[in-house]
Amino acid sequence: MIVQAFAFYLFASVAVAAGVMVISARNPVHSVLFLILAFFNSAGLFVLLGAEFLAMILVVVYVGAVAVLFMFVVMMLDINFVELREGFLQYLPIGGVIGLVLLAELVIVVGGWTLAPGTAQIAAAPAPAADAISNTHALGALIYTHYIYLFQAAGLILLVAMIGAIVLTHRRRPGVRRQRIADQVRRSPAETIKMVNMPPGAGI
Amino acid sequence: MGFMDRSARTIFLGELVSGMALTLRYMFRPKITLNYPFEKGPLSPRFRGEHALRRYPSGEERCIACKLCEAICPAQAITIEAEPREDGSRRTTRYDIDMVKCVYCGLCEESCPVDAIVEGPNFEFATETREELYYDKGKLLDNGDRWETEIAERLRANAAYR
Amino acid sequence: MAELWFGYVWPLIWIVIKIVLIVAPLLLSVAYLTLAERKVIGAMHLRRGPNVVGPWGLLQPIADGMKLFFKETVIPTGTNRAVFILAPCVTFVLALIAWAVIPFGPGLVLADINVGILYLFAISSLGVYGILMAGWASNSRYAFLGALRSAAQMVSYEVAMGFIIITVLICAGSLNLSAIVAAQKNLWFVVPLFPMAVIFFISTLAETNRHPFDLPEAENELVAGFNVEYSAMIFALFFLGEYANMILMAGITTILFLGGWLPPADWALFTWIPGPVWFALKMALLLFVFLWVRATFPRYRYDQLMRLGWKVFLPISLAAVVVVGGVVVAFDLQPVLR
Repeated sequence: MIVQAFAFYLFASVAVAAGVMVISARNPVHSVLFLILAFFNSAGLFVLLGAEFLAMILVVVYVGAVAVLFMFVVMMLDINFVELREGFLQYLPIGGVIGLVLLAELVIVVGGWTLAPGTAQIAAAPAPAADAISNTHALGALIYTHYIYLFQAAGLILLVAMIGAIVLTHRRRPGVRRQRIADQVRRSPAETIKMVNMPPGAGI
Repeated sequence: MGFMDRSARTIFLGELVSGMALTLRYMFRPKITLNYPFEKGPLSPRFRGEHALRRYPSGEERCIACKLCEAICPAQAITIEAEPREDGSRRTTRYDIDMVKCVYCGLCEESCPVDAIVEGPNFEFATETREELYYDKGKLLDNGDRWETEIAERLRANAAYR
Repeated sequence: MAELWFGYVWPLIWIVIKIVLIVAPLLLSVAYLTLAERKVIGAMHLRRGPNVVGPWGLLQPIADGMKLFFKETVIPTGTNRAVFILAPCVTFVLALIAWAVIPFGPGLVLADINVGILYLFAISSLGVYGILMAGWASNSRYAFLGALRSAAQMVSYEVAMGFIIITVLICAGSLNLSAIVAAQKNLWFVVPLFPMAVIFFISTLAETNRHPFDLPEAENELVAGFNVEYSAMIFALFFLGEYANMILMAGITTILFLGGWLPPADWALFTWIPGPVWFALKMALLLFVFLWVRATFPRYRYDQLMRLGWKVFLPISLAAVVVVGGVVVAFDLQPVLR
């Protein structure tokens, strides 16, 4: 148990510290790297909870793909951050007001939150022991039966967003010559090479 | 080649497989690389390697200090100083070749009326310092003595073409 | 006291011993993989390869290692020091920690976790960070270009790899690597899933930045790509990491398609040879193909690389997931395949 507690405090404190560094680091690339560190520690926390599938998916999706794209974009940007910070104090009041409004909204939402009837008895129902069913299996059984429509709807929304982004940014430029690999592969030596027997000095 | 045939080739990566088969076949062929320090390739009799000053069979040095080689050297690598010897014959007191400047064009050898300066077959005279590449007369004569058999044979083989 | 010793200290020491038992042979095989590479490619070019240092050049990797060890570590002034030094460490560490879940034989595994294949996939998808960080921190255009190419390339090919892994998982019915190997007791997955195995292998070439997909370090256009500015030991870390990754990818392919530690058939002669030897033999075969491909094919152009990943491999592997899943469920094949 000592080991678990130690691991929990390690992951949790590093995650929080990394989170703070994400918003306070001067260099945006460092921010992204700290974000990755934070993701990692959250994955560690998931493992401690026994949710190893979620931990791995967190690493694969967020660290392995999303953060790479972040990093890609941030590395390509050439922003003068000193200049960007100049107006920092000037916008502080309006930023603070927006923050307060959001906080108030959250408080209202949380304050007005009640449990749906029947939740208590679902929560009280005995969960299967952790080693009886792997959590991949459990997640699959839940997502693909009970929540199949919600799951598919979420997938559809992402698909629409992706297609939308492609349609909005895709530029069709006329007159661009493209390599048609199928055509190239289809050519055979017989139809492209002609052997000519030329007498020397005769020219063509 | 029919459509089916072509498609089958594409799907089963025919070209990639045949390329890989080729390299695999080559892998088992005998190697053509010479095992250099232990094996050496043939050298032409006209090969222009390290310089040497030759002697007559009597032991008398051939060079008569005519300075034709010094004059023709495009890199101005040769320095000659001459004085009459006690017996009255004209000989060099100094014959230096700066091997760092030398471009191994062979014009010194061509210009020499007595076949004294020659470029021998030796090409393994790399040194660790620059100073060792400033050859003086003693070094050149030593080279001549060491390589005389080979040099004479090369000159004989090439004589018909000169 | 005894409880502390047997409860915490001894297991810790035992784990460290096991880690050393995995890492030491791994680093040795990395060293000799470089020699094998030079020898095999030399033979295919009708050259001899290194043959002077030691008998048949066997001490060449040691000599190379010593050379890198004694060289001066140059850190250019324009670099971002922390990230610059962190990058090769990340590459190297990632290449090593993946081996924690690889089963070398029945029960011979450091951590037999439930989601082994996902762990491997996660680790291999992290490999891009070492390169990206190196390219950015070097503050050099060549390095940066190499890093950008590498990032785009690794992300693209991971998608196809992920789908192919899913087809294998459908057949095996488990994410545990030992279970995946055990599921191939009767039939290696390379037989029913042959096209997937080929695509997976090609994707691993792209994932490890090997020829013909070595655009991140294309030496004749980007000098050496992301690692131009690196020298001495920090370069050696990159080098070791890259080759350890190659071995790792060969290991993953072996586990997924070639039946891991299982002998090719249940004949007496084959079963006498212990499992880890079979595993090593299969990996060696795949690594030979890695080198063979390098000696054979020219480098892809960048747009061709992207086209292959997104327009060829992605649709094929996506279709394969649907087809394999459909067939397995429709004919209830999963118990049969095991």
